[in-house]
Amino acid sequence: MKALFTFFRMRVIYGLQYRTAAWAGVVTQFFWGFMEILLYKAFYEASPDRFPMAFEALVSYIWLRQALLALLNTWTFDNELFTKVLDGSVAYELCRPTSLYGMWFARTLALRVSRVILRCVPLFIVASLVPAPWGLNAPANPLALGCFVLSLGLAACVGVAFSMILYFTCFYTLSSEGIRFMMLPVAELLSGDLIPLPFLPVWLANIFHYSPFGSMANAPLRIYSGDLSGGAMVEMLCLQVFWLGVMAFIGWTLQNRGLRKLCVQGG
Amino acid sequence: MKLYFKFFAMHLKSRMAYKKSFFFAVIGQFITTFTAFLTLYFLLDRFGSVKGYTMGECLLSASIMWISFPLAEWFFRGFDTFPGMIRHAEFDRVLVRPRSLIFQVMCQKLEFTRIGRLAQGVVTLAMGIAASGVEWTALRCLCLGLMILGGVCVFSALFLIYAALSFFTLEGLEFMNCFTDGAREHFAYPLEIYGEGFVKFGTYIIPYALFQYYPLQFLLGRAGAGFAFLPLLAPLFFIPAYALWRLGVRKYKSAGS
Repeated sequence: MKALFTFFRMRVIYGLQYRTAAWAGVVTQFFWGFMEILLYKAFYEASPDRFPMAFEALVSYIWLRQALLALLNTWTFDNELFTKVLDGSVAYELCRPTSLYGMWFARTLALRVSRVILRCVPLFIVASLVPAPWGLNAPANPLALGCFVLSLGLAACVGVAFSMILYFTCFYTLSSEGIRFMMLPVAELLSGDLIPLPFLPVWLANIFHYSPFGSMANAPLRIYSGDLSGGAMVEMLCLQVFWLGVMAFIGWTLQNRGLRKLCVQGG
Repeated sequence: MKLYFKFFAMHLKSRMAYKKSFFFAVIGQFITTFTAFLTLYFLLDRFGSVKGYTMGECLLSASIMWISFPLAEWFFRGFDTFPGMIRHAEFDRVLVRPRSLIFQVMCQKLEFTRIGRLAQGVVTLAMGIAASGVEWTALRCLCLGLMILGGVCVFSALFLIYAALSFFTLEGLEFMNCFTDGAREHFAYPLEIYGEGFVKFGTYIIPYALFQYYPLQFLLGRAGAGFAFLPLLAPLFFIPAYALWRLGVRKYKSAGS
């Protein structure tokens, strides 16, 4: 465990080197968030009574999503890991005295954390300076803030556990391109990355909410703004723990079965 | 032109060597745009209309973006990888050949997988036509064609600017995505939704409104026939784009090796 944690810290520091790319990302993310808020504003003006959440809650949702995009999106992978399976260098990884799952989990989480550290601070500052109805609002209450942090951690882990499943399917299919192309846009929609789930028709929103993807971006972003509170919030946190367990179990099993039949070619 | 077709066939053949991967990529492209479509659909389904635009009208407006963008990407994708060409000094090779520079960069890469996106755009257009209740006259059909062509011109010119800027920065500029991918996503709705300022921006700075917002008013019967021909002005955007490109080429110094 200690080894994994050190490895995690090392990879975070490694990731923190790429600063220029982060600045470019910040500008783009700010622009996207701004445009999206304008769009929802137009819809809000069209018929405020059909707006499924408070407007302030939506604005916070969008700014937080933009700031935490690198941590919560469904499409950040460590692409090196896919190539490792393909070119056989996964064999080196297997020589190490820590589990493959643990190492890769730490590595992917570190990549996301380092990216988000570089990007979120400027976005948080700018978004909270934007005047009242447009800016990032304070969390609903201290409890919501605490649960938001907890839920954010869980959501990040569920996201990484999902990536782990995709890494390990490589043991079976060699190229994961096909699965990624088809799964990722779907995951993006289901996790509330594209559109906050309450804006969908109720029956669909319910399915998405209880799917594993509902435990990703959807959970922390809605807890922060008080859209999920009380019983619903506790339920959400339990759901996140549940899905983290299931995803980790699937990933772990895929790894073990894959390793049993893995065949590394070449020398 | 004959040479271009040769390149076209060559790229097609090389892509078809990996049929499965191509197939998945096309489907992936389709799904990606399909989620954007669903977002628009659900929002309008919930709210009924936005700033006086109904679902059908928004679908029509979105389809213009979603058809012209992948078309521009399909043929001008070479400019997307252009910063790499400069960094690796591959541009030197282009300079010594007796063909136009832009033509050669265009031939570098053709993105056939965009057909998945294009298909989604066509579906959206069909739904928009069915739901918007526009009375189709010959002039309106012509106008629709001009809108798509105008869109292809504007996006192609934006790709050209992206490439031209990399002469100065040596690196791709991510913020340009706001004007290309960002426009595809956000300006799918009629520009007016975002306010007066954006309509002005779309008229005088980057002419999105010329091929989408104004002619749309004509299609919906809210403006005179004069608006139908505004997309013809959109290609003028090539002039500043080309000027910037020339400036970049003149300034170009090889990165060596």
